[in-house]
Amino acid sequence: MTMNPDLVAPSREPRQGDVSALDTDRNPGHAEAPVPTVVHPGLTGPIKIKAEDVSVFYGQKQALFDVSLDIADKAVTAFIGPSGCGKSTFLRCINRMNDTIPSARVVGKITIDGQDITDRSIDPVLLRARVGMVFQKPNPFPKSIFENVAYGPKIHGLTANKTELADRVEHSLKRAGLWKEVADRLESPGTGLSGGQQQRLVIARAIAVEPEVILMDEPCSALDPIATARIEELIDELREEYCIVIVTHSMAQAARVSQRTAFFHLGQLIEVGPTEDIFQNPRERRTLDYITGRFG
Amino acid sequence: MILLVLILLIGFSAAAYWAGRRLARRRAAGTRAHSSLGYHGAYVLLWAAIPALVVLILMAVFSTGIQYQLLLADAPEAIRALDPMRQGAFWYDVLTVADGGTPQQIWAGPQAELLQSEAQRAARIGGLMTLGGAVAAVLAGLIGLGLALRRVAPQFRARNRVEGWIAAFLFVCSAIAILTTLGIIASLLFESLRFFQSVSPLEFLFGTQWSPQIAIRADQVGQTGGFGAAPLFVGTFLIMMIAMLVAGPIGLFSAIYLSEYAGPRQRAIIKPVLEILAGVPTVVYGFFAALTVGPALRGFFNGVGAQLAGGPLDSLGQYLMLVQNQMALVAGGVMGIMLIPFVSSLSDDIINAVPQSLRDGSYAMGATKSETVKRVLLPAALPGIAGAFLLAVSRAIGETMIVTMAAGLAARMTLNPLDTVTTVTVQIVTLLTGDQEFNSPKTLAAFGLGLTLFIVTLGLNIIAQQIVQRYREQYD
Ligand SMILES: Nc1ncnc2c1ncn2[C@@H]1O[C@H](COP(=O)(O)OP(=O)(O)OP(=O)(O)O)[C@@H](O)[C@H]1O
Ligand SMILES: [Mg+2]
Repeated sequence: MTMNPDLVAPSREPRQGDVSALDTDRNPGHAEAPVPTVVHPGLTGPIKIKAEDVSVFYGQKQALFDVSLDIADKAVTAFIGPSGCGKSTFLRCINRMNDTIPSARVVGKITIDGQDITDRSIDPVLLRARVGMVFQKPNPFPKSIFENVAYGPKIHGLTANKTELADRVEHSLKRAGLWKEVADRLESPGTGLSGGQQQRLVIARAIAVEPEVILMDEPCSALDPIATARIEELIDELREEYCIVIVTHSMAQAARVSQRTAFFHLGQLIEVGPTEDIFQNPRERRTLDYITGRFG
Repeated sequence: MILLVLILLIGFSAAAYWAGRRLARRRAAGTRAHSSLGYHGAYVLLWAAIPALVVLILMAVFSTGIQYQLLLADAPEAIRALDPMRQGAFWYDVLTVADGGTPQQIWAGPQAELLQSEAQRAARIGGLMTLGGAVAAVLAGLIGLGLALRRVAPQFRARNRVEGWIAAFLFVCSAIAILTTLGIIASLLFESLRFFQSVSPLEFLFGTQWSPQIAIRADQVGQTGGFGAAPLFVGTFLIMMIAMLVAGPIGLFSAIYLSEYAGPRQRAIIKPVLEILAGVPTVVYGFFAALTVGPALRGFFNGVGAQLAGGPLDSLGQYLMLVQNQMALVAGGVMGIMLIPFVSSLSDDIINAVPQSLRDGSYAMGATKSETVKRVLLPAALPGIAGAFLLAVSRAIGETMIVTMAAGLAARMTLNPLDTVTTVTVQIVTLLTGDQEFNSPKTLAAFGLGLTLFIVTLGLNIIAQQIVQRYREQYD
């Protein structure tokens, strides 16, 4: 997998006055609204991921504007904001999934544990073993349940033999709270499970490679309330071991599962802070408007 | 003549259209009509033109038959006395002369005179019938016109009527293809039945002696001894396998390249080129096989054989030295090349139908491109690809031109790709080209082969379509 040099070049690319949809109705420049460049009030515990001035372009169109954000380890950080504000785009920077989109170009710097992951020398394949991702729509592979979970360990050669692999699959399924439901049918296809089970299956698939970070892009938006509650419980348990970032459109969900919340609007990070603060007394007008349902 | 009729018909239709329009406008004056004037015009046009057209078509179809019957009814005694074959030839020449042609046979004496007089009679009858037909067509058109004009009224639903006619016309067009296919099947079945009356189906399917050319005349020995088609099936199978060994992997891999690896620029070049390749006439591939690939491979094998001969592999060498231009390998290989674009474009569609979310899932797990292709995309696309391969197999079996030019005529039970073999399609061609008596088992055998081919390819197509269909539904 070769890397597009543009993706890792230092931010030599200033915003060249793109005429994008975002530009037209956003505040002219940063001067007016006092958008803080680095915001991490209430950040407890060590910082896992540090983003500095990250901008993303899709072709000529800029989708993300100089986002700087610290994400804590062993905690859940929620990204909220109206549709199209760049939450997924930012999330995909963290595991370099934007590399797979030909038109996408990322500038700025993101470090995980101090290591610059936008660096040319970083192999996105190895990075993605450290940063797992769960998508909006459950996407189990058309393979057996066992093979779905064994996928990562197999391609990364993480287990020495069959018993180790089986142990790891069992452990991951247990961790994802799915083991009891599927223990007796590991060989049946993963696509035959219910939506909620499928989503837990792909979470098991992600944690089977023992990542450090788990990114979740609206993991519950295709699920019913009961399945959602189970996933939320699961996220809460996983928090103790992983750094979790979750994108959600549900304020209630952000409030329930996250310790810190970041609010995005029109490609900018508007405000980030402890979840309680964001929901009870946001400092930004736009945040207040959004969480009270005045737009978005 | 036909041109004149057509011009008249068009003029008549145009007149009917304008008449309908004008009448509709006059009658609708002041009120709001249900349909626009154009529809009234079109309605009148249809009613005027269709009856006239129907009469003309009936005339064209039946006039010769009626003319012939009338001629026969008053046939002179001298002709009735001739033997039936000769009578047929006579009447044929009568009609030819009546149309201004020269007779095919030499007629002498009273027959020659009769030929002239009968030809005049035929021309008279023909003229009368043409006149009658023309009058009938004009009458039919006028009656239709009159009826239609009477109905033109503001409240008349001309639009719905015209739309109905258009729907009916389009339906007939689509039905023609289906009906024709049914007709082909019926004729295949019918003629095959006649064939299987003289040769048993079991012998046909499993017999290993194929020598239909021997049984040319009824008095020859072994008349029905040569209709075991198994060698043809084996030859067809062999060439199909070789073709699929070439087209399957190459087509599939190029599809993978196109859908997963190629950037937009490469895609923009390669896809159209492949599509152009798919449009090259098979006869071009045929002479490429016969004139280029065949001699080249033969030279290669003969050369290798010459090296081996006399050594420890002497017998192999001797064999290779005798390899001919026409071998299964050449026909199959070139056919495989012909099928590459077919396999690749079908597989490309199928791989593209695998949802992006599966690719994302795999890449997000840290899989590389080739791992994603091998472990996720191909398993997911497998049923569809199998369907695509079956479609290609069915094309390989039915392909005619390449094998006719490059495979040979020797019916052999062999799976050796260096041997000359023959296929079902090649034999159909050889059985039916040239002057043929339509009733001999030799000619009818072609129908037996055709039916077998038809059943096999139809079956393959149905299975393949089902697989591909079900595969598509899976990801909708
Ligand atoms: N592959 C792409 N190509 C071009 N533009 C894109 C692409 N993906 C996203 N964008 C654009 O980037 C902007 C941010 O999109 P993104 O998907 O990050 O928003 P989001 O906040 O995740 O929205 P949602 O809540 O609807 O998922 C949008 O304007 C979108 O149109
Ligand atoms: Mg999104």
